[in-house]
Amino acid sequence: MSEAPLLALDRLSRHFGALAAVNGVTLSIAPRERRAIIGPNGAGKTTLFNLITGHLAPSAGRVLLGGETVGGLAPHAIARRGLSRSFQRNNLFPRLTVLENLRLAAAADGKGSWSLLGGASRLGPSLARARETADAVGLAGRLEEAAGALSYGEQRQLEVGLALATRPRILLLDEPTAGMSPEETARMTRMLEGLPREVTLLIIEHDMDVVGSLADRVTVLHYGEVLTEGSFDHVKADPRVYEVYLGSA
Amino acid sequence: MIARAAGLAVLVAAIAAFPLFMGSYPVKLLQEILIFGLFAMSLDLLMGYTGMVSFGHSAFFGIGAYVAALALVKSPGLTSALLLPAAVAAVGALLIGYFSIRVSGVYFIMLTLAFSQMFYAVAFQNAFLGAEDGLVGIPRPTVAGWSIGSLGRFHAYLIAIEGLLALFLWRVTRSPFGHVLRGIHENEARMQAVGYPVRRYKLAAFVIAGTVAGIAGALYTQFQGSVSPDAFFWTTSGQALLMVIIGGTGTLGGAMLGAAAFILLQSLVSSYTERWMLILGVTFVLLVLFAPGGIVGTLRGRVGLRA
Amino acid sequence: MSALLEVADIQTYYGESHVLHGVSLRVEPGEAVALLGRNGAGKTTVIRSIVGFTPPREGRILLEGQPIQALSPHRIARRGIALVPQGRRIFAPLSVRENLLIGARASGWTIDRVFALFPRLRERAEQAGGTLSGGEQQMLAVGRALLTNGRLLLLDEPSEGLAPIVVREIGQIVRRLKDERLSILLVEQNYHLALRVADRVYVMNKGQIVYEGTPADLEAAEDVKRRYLGVA
Repeated sequence: MSEAPLLALDRLSRHFGALAAVNGVTLSIAPRERRAIIGPNGAGKTTLFNLITGHLAPSAGRVLLGGETVGGLAPHAIARRGLSRSFQRNNLFPRLTVLENLRLAAAADGKGSWSLLGGASRLGPSLARARETADAVGLAGRLEEAAGALSYGEQRQLEVGLALATRPRILLLDEPTAGMSPEETARMTRMLEGLPREVTLLIIEHDMDVVGSLADRVTVLHYGEVLTEGSFDHVKADPRVYEVYLGSA
Repeated sequence: MIARAAGLAVLVAAIAAFPLFMGSYPVKLLQEILIFGLFAMSLDLLMGYTGMVSFGHSAFFGIGAYVAALALVKSPGLTSALLLPAAVAAVGALLIGYFSIRVSGVYFIMLTLAFSQMFYAVAFQNAFLGAEDGLVGIPRPTVAGWSIGSLGRFHAYLIAIEGLLALFLWRVTRSPFGHVLRGIHENEARMQAVGYPVRRYKLAAFVIAGTVAGIAGALYTQFQGSVSPDAFFWTTSGQALLMVIIGGTGTLGGAMLGAAAFILLQSLVSSYTERWMLILGVTFVLLVLFAPGGIVGTLRGRVGLRA
Repeated sequence: MSALLEVADIQTYYGESHVLHGVSLRVEPGEAVALLGRNGAGKTTVIRSIVGFTPPREGRILLEGQPIQALSPHRIARRGIALVPQGRRIFAPLSVRENLLIGARASGWTIDRVFALFPRLRERAEQAGGTLSGGEQQMLAVGRALLTNGRLLLLDEPSEGLAPIVVREIGQIVRRLKDERLSILLVEQNYHLALRVADRVYVMNKGQIVYEGTPADLEAAEDVKRRYLGVA
């Protein structure tokens, strides 16, 4: 089944001086796929995300979203095209309530946000979407709490929620379970498994149990290059991957 | 909710009826408070809601003041009194904002300050603008055939304009646009990441704030009958900043209360001593240390109202 | 003979998040102990618990028999724990010499002794720390820690972000430190580096110690390596 890829990277590179943080990465993600990106520290995973989301401009190569070249566009423009991202460190609106956090993200398609005199009624549609998202990420009972007052695990859930509220075609999650206890990780994994399949997922993870539960395919990155790609079982069995994780001899 | 609205209505009525039971000095003090309160409220929209601390807001106050002065001498109507100053202030804000918004934090403060002092220098040195003495003998406008020169008529005119603009600013802060500004204040980077063209929103906020500040400046010219380069000077920006902080940043109404506190303190203390600035400074330091939420913040804490 | 460092059953939290579940380990005087595990296993949290950045909520940490788990970080440092933090964290605007002297305490290590260990640092003594290469910054961070004359050296992922050839250099440095009879707790993701240096190894996963043994033991334990260090 060869459907056109939703996200395609074509020989994507990013240099910092002499260092090639990302070096000629080519990969494509099909719609409704769930892909995990793994690799030891310094593999360039977060840099890759920053290139895809527009936080960094490529030094070479292309990023294609739904066939359209988006490399070099501003982050908000890429987000508007249906690509959304959560962060490795919580990046929330701390003094605003959970509901308002999600509503802001849900309203980001901009249609109503230039209304200078519109009142509470104009907020209706985005509020509805915010509540739906809160249900999806397990925060329905915490809507009136300030984001800064949530537990760390709940904040990670909200972190994913913000990216999800924009109703993206593809959702990039940067270490969603970072810093979580085993119980919280299990909860997050179940939540992610429960997301609608229409939302394509691209996840950076270190927790191999999470990768095993979620990913259809796994891409292994090493020193900014793709080492191998395949199902989790295939990647697990690859001796090169094992070597790369144990570090240079 | 009803109690608050009723209380506000009573206050507005009292303010409107002030000339009926008070002498001309208190009335003028109130009018000065209202004008600077409006100026401070426009700054609060920028500072308190969007998180853009500007030290150059006097640029627009001064533009409004000078344009009104020049225009009213030629043709004393509403266009000269309000529309033209607002329009020119808006254009000024668009130009200054376009450049200033590219930077943030300390650099934004420095750039806005620099722009406002450029205007000060131009006004100070330009004979057409009255140089250091400014312009005097500015007539009050005639509105729909009525000259609003008298104390009572000017008061009614001022209340009407102030009421409209205060309502406008209040509506903006509660609108979807206002919510976006607050989001930008809380986490600008995340707003970008979820898809808001943040720079456009910041520029819009800057222009709205600058336009209202321009109208406040125009009103000040009409209040005093004159204008001087001080309207552009950095101390005017600083005064507005103090008023916002004293009243409570990000509360809008606080800016008006802060203006009242500042001007009343100035008027009261300066009748006893020349060192009123020292008293004000100490008061301000104590406020920041012990009541950082300003007047409104402290009141809310006492009465337990939700933010 | 009591251990130099003893971590006894610590439970550490980030806010309400329970991240270390009863971690126990020890370092004997003159020993080099390695703590291995993948990203997110909790290794750095163990370091943070020991130095006092994230004190444990339960359990004890003993330095030469004295409890330190409730002390503030600067007191823990004064008691004799020297940290070489993850990411080096040298003071970029200060010169190499200034970096070295900033925390220096008398007795034992002197700046000359550090320069003897790291001749490249002597060459660059007046250069700003921020202009050094990654490997040189790592040497500087180690030198800075040595000059605090601590009894226990904590090395948090010294190979991180460094090219393979530099990693080999780091390995040689750690071995030389061992020769100087320092007690070392080394946190690493790089299995080979750790095994060349350590007398004993622990492996962590999800906030718990899942293996303890000698390097030879671990080398032979394929299933442990695969599951906790590889990709499962």
